[in-house]
Amino acid sequence: MDIFLQQVINGLVQGSLYALVALGYTMVYGIIELVNFAHGEVVMVGALVGLSIIERMAARGDTGWGVIAVGVLVAIPSCMALGLGIERIAYRPLRKAPRLAPLITAIGVSIALQQLAALIWGRNYLHYPEVLANPQFHIGGAVITQIQLVILTTTGILMLVTWVIVQKTALGRAMRASAQNPSVAGLMGVNVDRIIASTFLMGSGLAAVAGVLVGTYYGVGNHTMGFMLGLKAFTAAVLGGIGSLGGAMLGGLLLGVIENLGAGYLGSLTNGAMGSNYSDVLAFLMLIAVLIFRPSGLMGERGSEKV
Amino acid sequence: MPRLLTSIVLSLVAIGLVSCSKSSTPSAASSGEITVLIGASNPMTGPQAHLGKDNENGTRMAIEDANAQGFTIGGQKVKFQLVSEDDAADPKTGTIVAQKFADQKVSGVIGHLNSGTTIPASRIYSEAGIPQISPSATNPKYTHQGFKTAFRVIPNDTQQGGELGRYVASKIGAKTVAVMDDTTQYGQGLANQFEEAAKAAGVTILTHEHTDDKATDFQAILTNIKAKKPDIIFYGGMDAQSGPMMKQIRSLGIQAKFLTGDGGCSTEFLTLAGAAGEGAYCSLPGMPIEKMPKGEDFKKRFNAKYGEIQDYSPYCYDAVMVMIDAMKRADSTLPSKYLPELAKSNYDGVTAHISFDENGDLKGGVITVYQLLSGKWVAQDTLGGKPK
Repeated sequence: MDIFLQQVINGLVQGSLYALVALGYTMVYGIIELVNFAHGEVVMVGALVGLSIIERMAARGDTGWGVIAVGVLVAIPSCMALGLGIERIAYRPLRKAPRLAPLITAIGVSIALQQLAALIWGRNYLHYPEVLANPQFHIGGAVITQIQLVILTTTGILMLVTWVIVQKTALGRAMRASAQNPSVAGLMGVNVDRIIASTFLMGSGLAAVAGVLVGTYYGVGNHTMGFMLGLKAFTAAVLGGIGSLGGAMLGGLLLGVIENLGAGYLGSLTNGAMGSNYSDVLAFLMLIAVLIFRPSGLMGERGSEKV
Repeated sequence: MPRLLTSIVLSLVAIGLVSCSKSSTPSAASSGEITVLIGASNPMTGPQAHLGKDNENGTRMAIEDANAQGFTIGGQKVKFQLVSEDDAADPKTGTIVAQKFADQKVSGVIGHLNSGTTIPASRIYSEAGIPQISPSATNPKYTHQGFKTAFRVIPNDTQQGGELGRYVASKIGAKTVAVMDDTTQYGQGLANQFEEAAKAAGVTILTHEHTDDKATDFQAILTNIKAKKPDIIFYGGMDAQSGPMMKQIRSLGIQAKFLTGDGGCSTEFLTLAGAAGEGAYCSLPGMPIEKMPKGEDFKKRFNAKYGEIQDYSPYCYDAVMVMIDAMKRADSTLPSKYLPELAKSNYDGVTAHISFDENGDLKGGVITVYQLLSGKWVAQDTLGGKPK
């Protein structure tokens, strides 16, 4: 039982990170129906900018949560500027182009950012300085570390904030209006370009936080770290129903837990025929199963399916 | 949704195209001297880029040294030129690079870094008749396919895994072990050899788990392992995984000892694992650099030029030198002419005295076990072979 609990805890932590990144995919997709493949790279840049700051401060002897907070506070505007720049340069000129064109520029941006990061930070795996004592807490035989708790609360709060902004504010209303019909929203006095830009701003800000959290959690940063994370988060967004905020959150958590339980129990369930390395297979099988019965994802709206 | 899927497939294809479109063209020979192309293929992008760069630097240093000495082969002045390619540690890309080398008619190849890329590429080199020396591929299969062109200057995993399996029983005194690998030809090959030898030495194998060479989260697998309470965990794979893995082992409260092969025996592991790495064991084929015949000198010169040695750059240096030595003895840079001489090599290298057995494996190779003590890899025991 304690092993089961441990796997669920690990899965929830991993899943909440997926969810945070998935929000960025789903918000952008909701409004301009673009899979922003460069989003994973924005997470990577956030992690590495945070790392540079945290490293400087750690070298001076600073420790504790303040250091991480400063790292996050610097990473957020950097990523926001980056997100804004990507939208302005790679997507806005192609807004009226066929659907495939911006997808290709998205991949181009992704590769360019990876190589740029490799030039700035080098190709080595970078070590995230340990500025925190990481006490462990025991719950019924399972271990949860302080940083895991912090990840869960931070992502929880950020998801709530995002939800409130989208559902309860004027900006959010404009976002939802632009998502439903950009040209009518424009006629109603909504500046659609600005709304799209602010969507990128929000997504990139969340990505920055996710980046620093991922780096602190695993203790590594590298120019390739965003790719797989981005792919998983995209999967989570599709699983939950791309375009839906609640779907991204649910999809992220679900994917994390499925992966961990899969890695934990596939071996014993199949009597060794399938090992822990099949956990990704299991996760994608689940995705396929969900998409067969609910083509627009778990929480996607049937009517709004436009792809 | 189908259209979305199509888009994803298309984008993946696009990524593939972009990543293999890098090209380099060798310059034509200038008057009075011939230019000899030496191919080097390593992962220059992705998680193992730091090791790839290290290999490239070792190879480059040897070529620059050789050019500085200035050789005359077959009555003509010879200038060696490095053609470095990125195989991304990906078997498929590795074969594309190999085909490119064959088309360019390089005189020899130093590489690849990984067993996973070296083995499929070796068939192409064999068919093209191009001698290949891998500085770091340790999977036994590489030299056991019957190819006359395949050599390596590093002991293979039958030896490394075997020695480590016995070491766990005899020196570390473990009774139970949990084995993990990264499902690459190197990692899984080493883990299997280890498992076999450990079992034969009377150690109980509790489980054999698999991850991959891009993962950073191992907590699900480690939680499983925690439940089985092993004395020691063995990992067959690279430092980019074993470093973070070590951290997660300790943060999950697992007390077991940790042992990994040459892929984790780097300075990178130290930084990635941090304080959690203390007490970990790793092994490297060959001697510690300080004890290598010409290690001190190599280290000094390498550090001045490129910084810290990661892993295999001394082996790359030797691989180039052995190849050039064979060309000198054959008095030809033609692969068909110098290949028979290469097989008969008898060369005092930086890393060891190099001669090959009938398969192209290094004769009398040794394995050294290190332990991480107060933040440094400290050589513990040198196993096997007949250290010269």
